[in-house]
Amino acid sequence: MKYTQDHEWIKIEGDIAIVGISVHAAKALGDIVFVEVPEVDAEFEKGDDAAVVESVKAASEIYAPLSGTITAVNEALEDAPETVNSDPEGEGWFFKISISDTSDLEGLMDADAYAAFLETL
Amino acid sequence: MSEEIHSETKQTPLYDFHVGLGAKMVPFAGYDMPVQYPLGVMKEHLHTRESAGLFDVSHMGQAFLISEDEKFETVAAFLETLVPCDVKSLEAGQQRYTQFLNADGGIMDDLMVTRLGMEGYTHAIYIVVNAGCKDADYAHIEKHLPKGISLSIKENLALIALQGPKAPAVIAQYLPEALTLPFMNSLDTVIDGMWVHISRSGYTGEDGYEISVKNDDVVKLAALLMSHDEVEAIGLGARDSLRLEAGLCLYGHDLDTTTSPIEAGLTWSIQKNRREEGGFLGAKRVQKELAERPSRRRVGIKPVGRAPAREGTIIQNMDGKDIGVITSGGFGPCVEGPVAMGYVKRKYAKTGTEIQLIVRGKAKPAHTIKLPFVPNNFYRG
Repeated sequence: MKYTQDHEWIKIEGDIAIVGISVHAAKALGDIVFVEVPEVDAEFEKGDDAAVVESVKAASEIYAPLSGTITAVNEALEDAPETVNSDPEGEGWFFKISISDTSDLEGLMDADAYAAFLETL
Repeated sequence: MSEEIHSETKQTPLYDFHVGLGAKMVPFAGYDMPVQYPLGVMKEHLHTRESAGLFDVSHMGQAFLISEDEKFETVAAFLETLVPCDVKSLEAGQQRYTQFLNADGGIMDDLMVTRLGMEGYTHAIYIVVNAGCKDADYAHIEKHLPKGISLSIKENLALIALQGPKAPAVIAQYLPEALTLPFMNSLDTVIDGMWVHISRSGYTGEDGYEISVKNDDVVKLAALLMSHDEVEAIGLGARDSLRLEAGLCLYGHDLDTTTSPIEAGLTWSIQKNRREEGGFLGAKRVQKELAERPSRRRVGIKPVGRAPAREGTIIQNMDGKDIGVITSGGFGPCVEGPVAMGYVKRKYAKTGTEIQLIVRGKAKPAHTIKLPFVPNNFYRG
């Protein structure tokens, strides 16, 4: 599992990356009441708004952590957005995106580096 | 630099109490206030509707209007020049909701007005105004204040609210008469050795009380109420979702200097005699809109599906024409879905009208709905 400075996690399976938000992010957002996932086959550039997560109070964007094409989305979140709170780094995944440029993966943090990053906030 | 910014944010006397409970503090109307506690907004909201929630509202402005001649009629007559509610008919201890209107009939603030009930003080009027508006409100009053009437701003008073169906049982342990205290009535009394002004009112749609107490006593009173298992501390996050489900307006969002009380659906707060007689600042617009109906109306809005529509969301008719804007929107924990309110052109204000909300560039279906989203649970005796 790798992490971005935007508190998203990425799990690489072959040439596909699974994307979600970190435990820290899920906790900071609070009770999540709505998730909008992208459409399969949608194409994103690294940094584009790819999904939306809304807590009772506010809406937050989920960025595409790398450039690629959406290959699958977690449709279960539509009816059970609270899964993002209960299991953010597992069942609460958002989407799978094809890795088109492996250089996009440079600079991602491992769990220890992310924990150290959180300490700096 | 950060020191300077910090020093500009005020704290209520309960600041350390909130921090001690693990609250997340945020700046709100110039104060560091708890937005949520470890329980979280959703559970805090549900707890208030099922049991009892304790709110710190000490940031709000509390003041008295007192006449030198010690006649209630003198103060009431003055206040009636600034607000559209019937102040003169208030009985000792009775409270009413009203608004300060500007000369154009726009709402400068909404407030609670109470005629004190304590013997020897029934000539005094007690007001509670919004934190973000209080300086402007006081300046507005001072500007119109006639000789012989004084405005006394009480910086030494804190204010807490205990809201929810179990609030009466908790308060009754210290004050048995609180059980039968009528809605929108108050008592000046003592709770566990502390002088309080307690009213049966609040802003959650639930039964409950608002308690004014000296700054020096408020930590003790809050701790006393928190010692009951039924009571949890509730932050601004849940306060907002509770009042939205209850269909209540939040100043600066659903009300501002461009909105009139008629547009805002607050006609109920203007007693019949005052609608007819006028005699308050902004009466011209109020009476015109009562006669001709306003061009826009505040409505409840139920988005279809799960996506919340936030403040600022454009409202369109089914032909894609802009007809209004959402002024409060979020998730209703008791409704278990998105809830909103906003202003639409009058012809779309009828309950059940199909509308569209432009959320992130896409038109989402919604319809107007009768407020409140959750039935009010006020004490009716």
